[in-house]
Amino acid sequence: MNKEPLIEVHHLSKHFPVFRGMVFKRKIGVLKAVDDISFQIFPGETLGLVGESGCGKTTACRVVLQLEPSTAGEVRFQGETITQMAKQELRRLRKRMQIIFQDPFGSLNPRMRVRDIVGEPLSIHGLARGKSEYADRVSGILELVGLNPSMADRYPHEFSGGQRQRIGIARALVLNPDFLVCDEPVSALDVSIQAQIINLLAELQERLGLTYLFVAHDLAVVRHISHRVAVMYLGEIVEIADRDELYLRPQHPYTKALLSAVPIPDPLIEQKRKHCIISGEVPSLMETPKGCKFHPRCPIAEEVCRNLRPTLKEINGNGHRVACHLV
Amino acid sequence: MLLHVNQLSIHFHARQGIVKAVEDVSFDLAEGETLGIVGESGCGKTVTALSLLRLISNPPGIIAGGEIFFQGRNLLKLSEKEMCDIRGNHMAMIFQEPMTALHPVLTVGRQVREPLIVHKKAVRKTAVQDCIRLLKRVRIPDADTRLHDYPHQFSGGMRQRVMVAMGLACNPKLIIADEPTTGLDVTLQAELLEFMKGLTQTEKTALVLITHDLGIVACYADQVMIMYAGRIVEKAPTLELYRAPQHPYTQGLLASIPRLDQDIQQKLRPIEGQPPDMANLPSGCAFHPRCPHAKPRCMRELPKLMQISTGHDVACWMHSR
Repeated sequence: MNKEPLIEVHHLSKHFPVFRGMVFKRKIGVLKAVDDISFQIFPGETLGLVGESGCGKTTACRVVLQLEPSTAGEVRFQGETITQMAKQELRRLRKRMQIIFQDPFGSLNPRMRVRDIVGEPLSIHGLARGKSEYADRVSGILELVGLNPSMADRYPHEFSGGQRQRIGIARALVLNPDFLVCDEPVSALDVSIQAQIINLLAELQERLGLTYLFVAHDLAVVRHISHRVAVMYLGEIVEIADRDELYLRPQHPYTKALLSAVPIPDPLIEQKRKHCIISGEVPSLMETPKGCKFHPRCPIAEEVCRNLRPTLKEINGNGHRVACHLV
Repeated sequence: MLLHVNQLSIHFHARQGIVKAVEDVSFDLAEGETLGIVGESGCGKTVTALSLLRLISNPPGIIAGGEIFFQGRNLLKLSEKEMCDIRGNHMAMIFQEPMTALHPVLTVGRQVREPLIVHKKAVRKTAVQDCIRLLKRVRIPDADTRLHDYPHQFSGGMRQRVMVAMGLACNPKLIIADEPTTGLDVTLQAELLEFMKGLTQTEKTALVLITHDLGIVACYADQVMIMYAGRIVEKAPTLELYRAPQHPYTQGLLASIPRLDQDIQQKLRPIEGQPPDMANLPSGCAFHPRCPHAKPRCMRELPKLMQISTGHDVACWMHSR
């Protein structure tokens, strides 16, 4: 694998101010959606990002792509810093980084034909010369994602969820990007359709050499498609490691709890398995606990966890990093 | 037998014609047993569940045929008043979306104690006490003060637990849980399902667990029923179903889900094609356009649900000659 990372994220944070009152607005706090995260993604690699709802996965995606300005920290795309970049300059890089959204129903304009949805990026970036090239590229990309090009004149409502997600993928790929962010691309789909989309994404990566940031809450799905996996909790990355390392030797108590909570579709295995249940609710992002953010729910928390926030530390030579005092 | 459903059919009158949402569905459920109903969206799982409580709105829905025996009484023959006595009292439902199923302008305490007041004729004071006890039982912290809160002040997981508390209020014999954990995080899902499993063991409550997650079913159900396009395609004890799935759809589902314990080198084998349009079902076996083993006969004739071994039923021409 190439040693030069495609995406570098350094100490990235995104805080949202929270206001109260309609006439006399006053700031009552900050919501730390993403709090000091760092990671790298190498070309041709998939980094999986898992975590429970509200832990800041989607915000992280949006900030990495600079769809939202970051509060602090830096994102580099092939060595170029894109945070603080001027809009025009950023636009030049936009065609090399694209996103697939979670909801295949909400993310396609219902009044546009598939041809225009998929082709719009081409006209925005002025990449197609003449009508015939435009049509060629649209039908080429539709075929690539497994849709019949003759469907290009239809509207989104005529398609099923899985097909719509394919349209979303086609729209993202039409510009030949290097980097693709997949924000929960399969969680809105039926079980039998999920596998189709997962396989499609894996195939496309192989054929086009794409780099993915793959966000999902389903640990089994992430395991299937990722090379490395990062686990997020309340806006922070608590553990990051190679896939096999993370799933076979999870170190952080939160990762362990998540993995043991996922049911395995085999009753023989399930009878022998123990689910370690972590109780309690995910705290609000507004008032995160002092010390380690996980300590109120952690089964092995000690005094030090209540007072001192742990940082991500490498625990062995192969890039397995954990944020826990007790590892 | 606590619940005995016999050849239930439910049709909806839609613009495109009659939609047969549920056709010829039969199953039994004993005390303390858990039945998992699995299928994709639109396969008739939720409609089946709603019909057990007779909550299908008519029009457009109509129970076109069949019988539902609950504790020996045919529910479809009861008057609305008698039915009200059963709902929430002997049979309770936990709905899919706690956000919409709870009343937004009534306090949680009021909603949880409502079944007690309606069915058990409890006076307010004892009802409040019982309500606190129920909320504590589903592990809502500070139950005695949170009683006065409104649903929007609770998180998703807590709201779902309030729904469970409401369902448990009258110690029902049967709980129907319609996708109780969809949209919840895995850690909350495990907690809630363990709790319900405990109920089936200690209180001998029967549970109908509707889900699309084959992992949950493997963990918590004793029997599984797989539905496709409104019909049962396979029904078996859980162990048997996962050991030797017989219907191509069941096999396809099991092969297409990513598993935590699976060899990653293996590619997922998805079921090709799209789920059918319920208003316009394919002829013969509804699964044939997606089935890898389809024969000409599958396109013409509908296979009946046949027993292939004790308790294991399959509706497929491969298994009946």
